[in-house]
Amino acid sequence: MQLPATEQNRDVVIEIGGFPIEVQTTSAEFERILMGRYRDYVRPGRASQFALRVEVITPGSFDPDADAEVWLEDREWRMERGDFRARWNPEERCGQVSQTANPYSIDSVLRIVHTLMLAPEGGFLLHASSAVRNGKAFLFSGVSEAGKTTMARLAPPDVALLTDEASYVRKVDGRYFAFGTPFAGELGEPGKNISAPIEAVYLLHKAPENSIQEIDPAIAVQRLLRNILFFAHEPEMVRQVFEAALAFVAAVPVRQLSFFPDQRVWELIR
Amino acid sequence: MAATEIYLTQSNDTAARTIGDDTLIMSTLDSTIFMLNSVGTTIWNSADGATPLSRIVHERVCEEFEVTEEQAFADAREFVDKLASHGVLLVSDNPATPKEAQ
Repeated sequence: MQLPATEQNRDVVIEIGGFPIEVQTTSAEFERILMGRYRDYVRPGRASQFALRVEVITPGSFDPDADAEVWLEDREWRMERGDFRARWNPEERCGQVSQTANPYSIDSVLRIVHTLMLAPEGGFLLHASSAVRNGKAFLFSGVSEAGKTTMARLAPPDVALLTDEASYVRKVDGRYFAFGTPFAGELGEPGKNISAPIEAVYLLHKAPENSIQEIDPAIAVQRLLRNILFFAHEPEMVRQVFEAALAFVAAVPVRQLSFFPDQRVWELIR
Repeated sequence: MAATEIYLTQSNDTAARTIGDDTLIMSTLDSTIFMLNSVGTTIWNSADGATPLSRIVHERVCEEFEVTEEQAFADAREFVDKLASHGVLLVSDNPATPKEAQ
């Protein structure tokens, strides 16, 4: 997909989870925003099979209070929120976004588009912080206030953080990998742009002492499903996410981590 | 026991999988997740549209689990109503025809 040649294209390739998406814009201001927010994930000159054309519009074009909605229409995903309107064609691997020049709207669109790309191949974004230690990735999942960011803050120096907010899970050659993401939570810092095979997922539970408990696989799937980000509640998408959670739990240990919030909890994570 | 018989059918608007004794069901309509215990799993697996709930309770639930028929039926009815309210189970006063039950 190419923009008309009458304006200068300022394309920025942002690669997350091994998917390079070319974000196409003619706005110099928006290009600067992209380069700043996604600096560790920008791949200059990288060929991309995915494209998002962003039309930067003036503020006040949309109802700012509108909730996010994602739906399928004419084989295209449509996304709307108070601050953006977007569409994504999964077959043509391209889409359009209308938004003001801000980093938050494109960040949300990218999260949604990545969940749409991951679902058919059994991957997903998980409400979880994640980190790599000794070449192995560990995910710490839970609802808000469960301790995701706390685990990230407590990480010792030999740990590389992938995210404190939304963990990127993708199956590569039959193994599940966690990838770093620029999707930051309370830490406000992008994760390191690396990946590693997932060793375990820990469902967080604050407690007076640190311990790890095995949990029933059915409960693991149920709790995982509650924490998987999926914005499009179309029947086929729901089935894909359901199957993805089942397959993941069959392949990767999912345990409960009862933890007291100090550095000692990381003695259990190896 | 049952003043009026009811017949249960699994909705097509679900994704379901039994893991061990439990069954996970996800509604594809509203993404609600249900986890059924072994009794719930027995009822779910018996929801063929042709077997009345009273027979499911009598022949399967009470045979497999230590529970009085009266209590089992009351619990089963509550369970069915909950799943039906989310469109996960379809409830009918009449048995499905063989074609419908397929």
